[in-house]
Amino acid sequence: MSESQKDWPLYEIFIRAKSGLDHKHVGSLHATDARMALEHARDLYTRRQEGVSIWAVRSTDIVASDPAESDAFFEPARDKVYRHPTFYDIPDEVKTL
Amino acid sequence: MYTQGLDSLGKDCLRDEAKDGAALESRFQARVDAEEKIEPKDWMPEAYRRTLIRQISQHAHSEIVGMLPEGNWITRAPSLKRKAILIAKVQDEGGHGAYLYSAAETLGVSRAELVGQLLAGKAKYSSIFNYPTPTWADVGAIGWLVDGAAIMNQIPLCRCSYGPYARAMVRICREESFHQRQGYEIMLFLARGTGRQRAMAQAALDRWWWPSLMMFGPSDSDSKHSAQSMRWKIKRFSNDELRQKFVDTTVPQADFLGLKVPDPALAWDEATRHFRFGAIDWSEFEQVLAGHGPCNRERLEARRRAHDEGRWVREAAAAWAAKQEAAAPGCAA
Repeated sequence: MSESQKDWPLYEIFIRAKSGLDHKHVGSLHATDARMALEHARDLYTRRQEGVSIWAVRSTDIVASDPAESDAFFEPARDKVYRHPTFYDIPDEVKTL
Repeated sequence: MYTQGLDSLGKDCLRDEAKDGAALESRFQARVDAEEKIEPKDWMPEAYRRTLIRQISQHAHSEIVGMLPEGNWITRAPSLKRKAILIAKVQDEGGHGAYLYSAAETLGVSRAELVGQLLAGKAKYSSIFNYPTPTWADVGAIGWLVDGAAIMNQIPLCRCSYGPYARAMVRICREESFHQRQGYEIMLFLARGTGRQRAMAQAALDRWWWPSLMMFGPSDSDSKHSAQSMRWKIKRFSNDELRQKFVDTTVPQADFLGLKVPDPALAWDEATRHFRFGAIDWSEFEQVLAGHGPCNRERLEARRRAHDEGRWVREAAAAWAAKQEAAAPGCAA
């Protein structure tokens, strides 16, 4: 058995700290299947009641943008400062705007 | 931490850019200088990657081997409360090892490879865990001094330039503080106990003081990696600075316990507002690091035994997953 040569699949773990909040990425772990991923995530990332819900996602199933191309990729938003409310000059006398 | 399954998209452009290594390197250093974090798929110098893999994996191994000296006392803890606390602490150390292995893996090294290096005796881990824990007071001294020194080392690492390492350290530091406090509380109980208990606490302090000071590593002038690691902001303070800080905060804690730090040269220096302390026996450090400490062999054998004895569990889990996958492809993952 070549078990020492090959790692179990990698899962990325996301935790919801309490209801009403987003799940947030906390780290990763290896597991043979989904159930083990959840149980290990519980033992690894919620030993102090840090969460009420866990998502485990196979790392290979995540599609990510490429940091080497991030300049070009995020360029379209760069020159559109008028999307921010502070772009507009409104006299102080005008209230609740 | 942070997915490694997205190699394919970026490879071609990385290769093109590699034509201009010097420009990439200076841009990298500029990002580091500007306190930007470096993330796994960002371009980084090979030496930076290698340095981090070495440091993070040694750190991970230290957490895993570090479970052994204290694990030695789980079955003999003096009360159910102490036993529960000790189990929780040792479990934390295992968790810390797992966070750190994950962080190292983001740099392109596999878990199996790292564990293999440890079991083969090729990897380094903190010299401190090669000392024995002959009494219950050693468990107190480890929490107070060893975890105390570790915290001193680790807090600056929370601001390390490499994102996954920094994030793992934030998590670890948050958990580590309980470790130090429970250790000091054990010492406090013994120090306020009978004459024999006080003697036991003193003997443990005598055993752990110098090895704890060695945990900060060689003096800056002799530390071969220090300068570059500082430039890369992997490291924020020199070994000697952190050691001094540890002495300054720990000596008053020993005074409060009514215990004596085993260093005749120890004295408060009003001019520098620091404690002066005696010379460290670096030959001992070198010996332990080279594998000749009191427990080096025992620690590695315990790790190998645990790995071998757990093999059937890992094989059963893998076989079960394969069976589930065969029965309903795609559902088991």
